[in-house]
Amino acid sequence: MKQFKNKLWLGLFIMALLSPLGIILPEKFNAEGAWGEWSVETLERILGYVPEGLKRTADIWKAPIPDYNFFGEGALWGAKSLSYIISGALGIVLAAVVMYILSKLLLRNDK
Amino acid sequence: MHIPDGYLSPQTYIPLYGVSIAFWGMALKKIKQEVLMKHVPYLAMAAAFSFIIQLFNIPIPGGTTGHAVGAGIIALLLGPWTAVVAVSVVLIIQAMVFGDGGITAIGANCFNMAIVMPFVAYWTFRLINGSAHTGTRFYAAAFCAGYFGLTAAALSAAFMLGIQPIIASAPDGRPLYAPYPLSIAIPVMAVEHLLLFSIIEGAVTVMLLKYFLKNESDLLYSIKKTTYETV
Repeated sequence: MKQFKNKLWLGLFIMALLSPLGIILPEKFNAEGAWGEWSVETLERILGYVPEGLKRTADIWKAPIPDYNFFGEGALWGAKSLSYIISGALGIVLAAVVMYILSKLLLRNDK
Repeated sequence: MHIPDGYLSPQTYIPLYGVSIAFWGMALKKIKQEVLMKHVPYLAMAAAFSFIIQLFNIPIPGGTTGHAVGAGIIALLLGPWTAVVAVSVVLIIQAMVFGDGGITAIGANCFNMAIVMPFVAYWTFRLINGSAHTGTRFYAAAFCAGYFGLTAAALSAAFMLGIQPIIASAPDGRPLYAPYPLSIAIPVMAVEHLLLFSIIEGAVTVMLLKYFLKNESDLLYSIKKTTYETV
């Protein structure tokens, strides 16, 4: 069981290494972002205006690593891919640690 | 399907925060009752898996992108209530650290991907599978679990976005928030998921279920439920 778990963790980090496919393939196939997740600039381009309420709340939060990218939108593909891998690994660790601590706290007194 | 900040009116995102908080409360209680200490590492892995699978954006050539969420397989292996918490943890991290999905929309996004999706997946599986433990019916049920789970989540997101023009417009008639009506949002989200993204989710669900059945069949919440209880 221990071995099986180690294999699964390894699999997760291999997925992180492969994750740049998730930005390279859309570029290769000329696909834009997800429907309904446009940036304010993109909205302005496709609608000709930015809805008032949307404009007010769109930038309410400054995420430390926006779009899983450390280097900004104009960065080279190598830099973007590296950012994506690091973000993936970081996300795996963060999600796992939060979930682990949360469930340990919940099950603390029994079993 | 990560709704960003600004796309939902407060009349939409505030009640959805309420709904999600209610589900989180119930889910934490369920985990306390049902989960064994020895399975905690799998809960951590489930959240990690949902995070990483979402980075694999799948393109529709010349169109949009989408991705699997993993909530279906988590619901089948660890139960829908565990999936509620694992996927919510992921969505909150995505919103806060990576700006993927809005802060104001955390309740809405958790409702779609961490509540609607695992429960639709779980009940689809139970309904189609009956009490089979292997075979075509078993894997067909797993595929449909992922397929309909993700599709339901997408439709729920499309509904939230599509009702915004009805809820709030400026005096000049322009919508204040998400600009496209239901007549556009629903078909677009439905078609792209039914034809591509949900198929990927279904395939991921089948492959992982097969893998766990072989290596760690002790985990399978959805089978244990059908074998030992009638819920």
